[in-house]
Amino acid sequence: MLDYPFNFSYIWRHFDRLWSGLILSLELALVSILIGMVIGLALALVYTGGGRLARALVAAYVEFIRNVPLLLLVYLVFYGVPSIGGFSYGPTTSFVITLSAYSGAYLVEVFRAGLDAIPRGLIDAGKAIGLNAWQRLVYVRLPAMFRIVLPSLSNTYISLFKDTSIASVIAVPELTYGAQWINFNTFRIIEVYAVVTPMYLVTGYGILFALQQLEKRFVIRR
Amino acid sequence: MRTAIESLPFLWQGLLVTLEVSALVVAISLVIGVVAGVGIVYGPRLVYWPIRLYSDLIRGIPVLVLIFFVYYGLPALGLNLDAFWAAVAALAAFKTAHVIEIARGAIQSIHYGQTDAAKAIGLTFWQRMHHVVFPQAVRRFLPPWINAVTDAVKGSALVSLIGVVDLMLAVQKVIGRTYEPMPLYVTGAIIYFLINYTLSSLSRRLETRFAHIRE
Repeated sequence: MLDYPFNFSYIWRHFDRLWSGLILSLELALVSILIGMVIGLALALVYTGGGRLARALVAAYVEFIRNVPLLLLVYLVFYGVPSIGGFSYGPTTSFVITLSAYSGAYLVEVFRAGLDAIPRGLIDAGKAIGLNAWQRLVYVRLPAMFRIVLPSLSNTYISLFKDTSIASVIAVPELTYGAQWINFNTFRIIEVYAVVTPMYLVTGYGILFALQQLEKRFVIRR
Repeated sequence: MRTAIESLPFLWQGLLVTLEVSALVVAISLVIGVVAGVGIVYGPRLVYWPIRLYSDLIRGIPVLVLIFFVYYGLPALGLNLDAFWAAVAALAAFKTAHVIEIARGAIQSIHYGQTDAAKAIGLTFWQRMHHVVFPQAVRRFLPPWINAVTDAVKGSALVSLIGVVDLMLAVQKVIGRTYEPMPLYVTGAIIYFLINYTLSSLSRRLETRFAHIRE
């Protein structure tokens, strides 16, 4: 079974594709989580403070995104939307839009739970020293919320980083696309995955470790 | 819109494949995952470490990479699987890691006093599992596990990328013939939504039902 002739020279020759792919994967995940956080925060505030219609709309968005495969959303945004909108965008832009909307839906729930978990006394204390609703949000609720949801944010970032592999299906040159390119052009299949898998693992666990250090410093345990 | 309706019988064939892949993945991962989950909690180090390593490795790589590896990579090592079974194997391997963690969490959430009490009245290991730990742990296990099932249904769309004609690829094929992407993607999305929304509502209902039970 293992008389397979290993030959890594092709992988090293094209390693720049994998490296730039890895960087792009990290960037895609980062941009998407930043936009997703804006969406998630806005909608979580609408949900906690809004009327019935607003709540229903937020819930519809969240449930739709969470119950449909990411792959289908990627196709829908890249091939579907431009076909009726009469405009077009590149695969990378399209994927960032998709992944942002996707992470936004997950982060609404995270932020909503975070806002709920803020101790009542903290908000009352804000009222007692005379902060208005806006000031309480900016100086009391949001800082407390971010420190509560930090672990969920780390997990979301890492899972988005892994989800960027799906961008390969619309030819965004991220890490999995690089792997497939080498795979189809050199047929050194085992070697490609022997290199790409550790790249995902080391990066993923590296980010996890780094973010855990950050959590130790800032997080408020519920 | 008409093409979307006319294509429904073809999509139905795809949906059956999606359900078949999902059911196989869920069944295989449930059996192996629960056994390995018990192993990771109660097993000696020799059992603990391989399972820990497996779970952390598998959960650290994208499932798409796993699917490509099993389908394109394993034949080079002499193991030939057709697209359907390669997809099932990869998705099941991935899902098993998640079930292990869900089972581990559920078992560990049961207070050790329960096990001590069961030991005190002389129950053997399997009696303790059967009469004391499992009946309580299953309540903690079910809601996250049903979420994992919806994840399996959503994840099964990735099998379209190695040529298994599931719902996702059926949608793609109809679009290839009709050049009307939007109605078909929306139809596909609605079908996935209906399956998964049913499952996730079930999970929420179970969660509220078990919420009042305190150990």
